[in-house]
Amino acid sequence: MTKSVEGADVLADQAARAGTHDVKVAASKVSVFYGEKQALFDVTIDIPARQVMAFIGPSGCGKSTFLRCINRMNDTIDICRVTGSIEIDGANVYDAKIDPVLLRARVGMVFQKPNPFPKSIYDNIAYGPRIHGKAKAGSEMDTIVEASLRRAGLWNEVKDRLKEPGTGLSGGQQQRLCIARAIAVNPDIILMDEPCSALDPIATAKVEELIDELRERYTIVIVTHSMQQAARVSQRAAFFHLGHLVEEGATEHMFTNPSDRRTQDYITGRFG
Amino acid sequence: MSDKSAATTRTGIWYEPDASLKRRYAADKRLRMYGVAAIVFALSMLAILVGTIVMTALPAVTQTHVTLQVELPAEAIDRSDPRSASYQKMLADTISRLYPEVDTPRELRELRQLFTNNAQYMLRDMVVADPSLIGQTVDFTFPMSDIGDQLHKGGIDRNLPPEQRRINNDQIGWYDRLVEQGRITTPLNTGMIFNADSRFPELAGLRGALVGSFYALLICFLVSFPVGISAAVYLEEFAPKNRWTDLIEVNINNLAAVPSIVFGLLGLAVFLNFFGMPRSAPIVGGLVLSLMTLPTIIIATRAALKAVPPSIREAAIGVGASKMQTVGHHVLPLAMPGILTGTIIGLAQALGETAPLLLIGMNAFITAAPDSMFNPSTALPTQIYIWADSPERGFTSRTSAAIVVLLGFLVCMNAIAIYMRKRFERKW
Repeated sequence: MTKSVEGADVLADQAARAGTHDVKVAASKVSVFYGEKQALFDVTIDIPARQVMAFIGPSGCGKSTFLRCINRMNDTIDICRVTGSIEIDGANVYDAKIDPVLLRARVGMVFQKPNPFPKSIYDNIAYGPRIHGKAKAGSEMDTIVEASLRRAGLWNEVKDRLKEPGTGLSGGQQQRLCIARAIAVNPDIILMDEPCSALDPIATAKVEELIDELRERYTIVIVTHSMQQAARVSQRAAFFHLGHLVEEGATEHMFTNPSDRRTQDYITGRFG
Repeated sequence: MSDKSAATTRTGIWYEPDASLKRRYAADKRLRMYGVAAIVFALSMLAILVGTIVMTALPAVTQTHVTLQVELPAEAIDRSDPRSASYQKMLADTISRLYPEVDTPRELRELRQLFTNNAQYMLRDMVVADPSLIGQTVDFTFPMSDIGDQLHKGGIDRNLPPEQRRINNDQIGWYDRLVEQGRITTPLNTGMIFNADSRFPELAGLRGALVGSFYALLICFLVSFPVGISAAVYLEEFAPKNRWTDLIEVNINNLAAVPSIVFGLLGLAVFLNFFGMPRSAPIVGGLVLSLMTLPTIIIATRAALKAVPPSIREAAIGVGASKMQTVGHHVLPLAMPGILTGTIIGLAQALGETAPLLLIGMNAFITAAPDSMFNPSTALPTQIYIWADSPERGFTSRTSAAIVVLLGFLVCMNAIAIYMRKRFERKW
């Protein structure tokens, strides 16, 4: 456990969190094991509501692993074991009472590679609401589809071809379709696992713009390899290294004045 | 890299190929020649095989028929019961009128040998189907017997000394007279498809075998498709990865390699002897074939499920689909083309399988097509087996013709499988 937050940072943190921003996700001593191998060591972090939190760090540092703990995506891996607690609005998601299916309806996810279903654009969006019984087929569903696509900034581009396959869109459009699909089930939190790593700069800019808009309604956690992206979109950042959370704080502060040597080395490009 | 060799061998202009390069090209060329030679060899073997079968089958495409004017006297046939009349006598009268000089019983028997044995029943069926014919003289066309058919198609060499052929000089003379009178025709041999089996090659057909094979494959599909998919989905998507599932997997793979005759013995012991199911019935054949097809379908389904990219599963789970919904809504539909391809190939294998059907008695001699899957029946491969074993000359070409029919079905099924694979192939 090497999280080091100096006195001044604590004050800055508290200032940042004061007012509208309550804690949405509170992780405490989260460790993840793949079989015998420990991938994450005692991560304790608070993620504030309606802000963008960026996880940065070199490959294999555990940032994606931690992200996937929040909506229990790691459950699908047989050998994966998670200890510690992650509370969303005060309820531990690893509690036996929590149904992972309901959890994932509240915590949407966007993946590294755009992965629309090989179905129509409409069905891509409608699938989530349909399985959760959130809307009946027909005009009610049409409304949800339109609202989700609008919120993802994709409506004007696809409104005339909702019946065409989602896989026929460009990479950037596909990724925004995936974001719209996540939005459609009306989650509180959206997890994004390197959402722009497969996109060109223009598509990336659009997605980043979208992330900035979504912050008003959703708590967003984004894993990214790109320092610049973290700086552009996030309000808070957390630096992971070799399975440890090294440092966490306001993005601006971390990028200009990191308190840990490793963070500084990574940000300045000495490794990673 | 090649600095050293360049330094040692380069003497002429730089673009002149040196000896080592020539050797490399020669080796490339040789290797390509080996490949081409192998393919030419394989293709010519296939061509010889198919060519021989087709050539042998050709005589069975037509059947020699003879047309006689048969008198159907009103006083000999009871209109209320046309079945009971003696059509044998009417035919005999007709033949006697044609050949007034033939009168000894031996000669009459030899004369009748030119015509199919069942002609009287065909005449009866014709009259029963259309009683208005009674009292008229009708053109009655019916098959020649095997020796007549062979003589007409050149299967019997008339220049051989009489004791070396199955037909004597008198019979050849009577046949020649029929030809002179224009009574001999060779229409398309539809009986080959629409007749059931018979002791007489001129009457034998594949209907029973086709219906039997259809029922057996239907049963095979209905059993092995759902069971195979369920087993594969469970093993691939739900089963915990432990020693037991490993053991099951190894056993399924072994099952696919078990010789088919062993499945036949199993079917004999379990379905016939233990459960007391009917012998020779397509339902038992189908069940035995489904045992054989199951591992093929399970293996194909698992491969198809594995080929569905994990990103689709993640996407479904990410929006809150349960495991069952993920599989049912996304993974299985995407794997379906692969599953169907594997199933068709499995069924094609089952269609050609002979050994297990022999053991459960589907090689019985049955002269009627089965009404249901519980009736005794043959199947295509066992029918080929039966005919190949029959001594009459006519069965030689019919065996080959049946093989052509079987191969035709197999080629069609495989073509459908290939078409589906191409049509639904997905690039991720």
